[in-house]
Amino acid sequence: MSFWSQLLAFLYAAILASVPLLYGTLGEILIEKAGNLNLGVEGMMYLGAIMGFMGGFLFDSALMAILFAFLAGMLGAAIYAFMTVTLKANQNVTGLTLTIFGTGIANFIGETLKETYPAGMTFITDRVKQVLLPLRLGALSEVPVAGKLLFSHSIFTYLALAIAVAMALYLRCSQQGLNLRAVGENPSAADAMGIPVSRYKYIHILIGGGVCGLGGAYISLVTAVGNWQPNIVGGQGWIALALVIFSSWSPVKAVLGALIFGALSVLRLYIPKDVLDIPGALFSMLPFIVTCLVLIVSSMKMKRENQQPAGCGINYFREER
Amino acid sequence: MPKSAPFSRLHIVQRGDLSGAKTSLYRLLAVVGALTTGGLFLLALGFNPLSVYWTMLSGSLGSSGMQKETIKLMIPLCLTTLGVVLAFKMKFWNIGAEGQICAGAIAASYFAYFHNDLPSPLLLTLMAAASILAGGLWGLIPALFKTRYGTNETLFTLMLNYIVLHFITYLREGPWRNPEGGFAAMPRFTKQARLPELPIPGIGNVHIGWVVMLATVVFLFIYLRYTKHGYELTVVGENERTARYAGMPVKKIILRTMMMSAGLCGLVGMLQVSGPDRQLTDAVANGRGFTAVSIAWLARLSPFGVMVVSFLFSVMQKGCSMMQTEYRIPSSMSDILQGIILFFVLGSEFFIRYRIALQKEAKA
Repeated sequence: MSFWSQLLAFLYAAILASVPLLYGTLGEILIEKAGNLNLGVEGMMYLGAIMGFMGGFLFDSALMAILFAFLAGMLGAAIYAFMTVTLKANQNVTGLTLTIFGTGIANFIGETLKETYPAGMTFITDRVKQVLLPLRLGALSEVPVAGKLLFSHSIFTYLALAIAVAMALYLRCSQQGLNLRAVGENPSAADAMGIPVSRYKYIHILIGGGVCGLGGAYISLVTAVGNWQPNIVGGQGWIALALVIFSSWSPVKAVLGALIFGALSVLRLYIPKDVLDIPGALFSMLPFIVTCLVLIVSSMKMKRENQQPAGCGINYFREER
Repeated sequence: MPKSAPFSRLHIVQRGDLSGAKTSLYRLLAVVGALTTGGLFLLALGFNPLSVYWTMLSGSLGSSGMQKETIKLMIPLCLTTLGVVLAFKMKFWNIGAEGQICAGAIAASYFAYFHNDLPSPLLLTLMAAASILAGGLWGLIPALFKTRYGTNETLFTLMLNYIVLHFITYLREGPWRNPEGGFAAMPRFTKQARLPELPIPGIGNVHIGWVVMLATVVFLFIYLRYTKHGYELTVVGENERTARYAGMPVKKIILRTMMMSAGLCGLVGMLQVSGPDRQLTDAVANGRGFTAVSIAWLARLSPFGVMVVSFLFSVMQKGCSMMQTEYRIPSSMSDILQGIILFFVLGSEFFIRYRIALQKEAKA
């Protein structure tokens, strides 16, 4: 294979791998903008992965798969929101618990499916896959280079980009977006302004959770091509959490961040062995090492506008002064 | 916009201190609620929850053999949680126990694989020391950056988990691979590198990790309650500014405590490879680092509480694996139950700290 076609294949694979990270990151940005740090991204992605899978399996419909995944992520987020917003439980512990719970539910249902149905059973039919797997947009997809890079993707990919753009506009230009940022930065000031703090938190945590759920569905339906495997999400939710910091809470930068991390995770497959021969296991460390470096660098430069919303991680209780 | 009349009259008031008995009652109710919810889940799956729960109990405590297995699960769980508690007391979110266990296990295994000609007591001592050092240093990295630049330790410790886990895979597939094995695995430890066993009265022989566990519980109880170090780290956890104002060396306290926390987790790695596992595998931590966070929270960061809760969690885990063999219910049920219990207990804290009051008709 020539160098250019190899490069093209690499970039394409990087985009494929970046989509679930992008969903997780976008969802968490929305949640953190509301002043809540949800460590349950991995769990919500698991819930989305299994329920998206079940939606596709039970109804034989791609739309139901997407809907189920969104609702499942939202349901996970609803537990989190109830615990932290209404019951004012510790956000870190609640988020971690959500991860354990979501992982448990997903693996439980997955194993039960494998037990119940014969081995080699096709759960996701071609009817669903046709809609969800990377599309061929006729002539557009045939355009050299751009056709492969821009016009041959799953609808999940385009949806993620649309969400990123919509979120950027929402946060920057709409009244609600500004209110939301006020809630995340200083909930008592927002409260004094008459913004319904709890309602804002609930709505955005729930939608953010739904977006994370979509990322999970991408993993089980597109990455794994509709074959359920145990521990399918495998830490991508945690990388998404770090990507939130990497992209300094900006949905547009999140697209770039997800691309870079997607590229890191597939890099090994595209570097010829005679150029660089590093054992696969060491290569798998790469995204995590880079994440650490990102954490360090972003904490070192401390730019005011690039920081976490100031109210993040602290529960708001009106009568506490 | 119409006001939602019935809710505007309800509001939340912070309580004074609730009596100890009442607090315990609320927690007990939470656990009962969680088990009921878990039971309903089982019922929905078509099982009789009572008989499933009974299987869990008898499968984890029914015979001395099962009790032994439960204790073996409890040792690493309890010790890891104790490690995590040290960091949590300081409000340092060490989610990296998983990786610190792995780091300790790797260091211990190095001596077990390459210096197994040493006499057993010396070898085991070296292994233990190496594991504490390796785990401690692995945990020191995020602490250093936290004290220096304020780097987010929650995510940092978490990322370090995956790095060291992949390193074990690397060792297994490459340099430490057992040349005789058909598939990629590391060799078994020789006899010198295995932990001796000591009898627990009424149960039988279990590797000496249980003695280490009991000693650590007592040590930490004293350390946290009666020593200067323990006092200092609690103050740092309560309010860092107060600590600095009082002239405490906050950075040094954070580094020291994190080194201890992670070192203890590292030791768990050694006990695990040298005790029940008898070889290094990538399942040496097996999610214990995360379960430890739950246990630490449920035990309210008290060493003796940790012992009780980690015992109950071990019963649950052993019980769930029994449930799998008997009813073919996947053992991930253990994670689900753990989640439900935690949600309920976290929720119950609300009713301990706050009460819901009916607003008086103040405004006319």
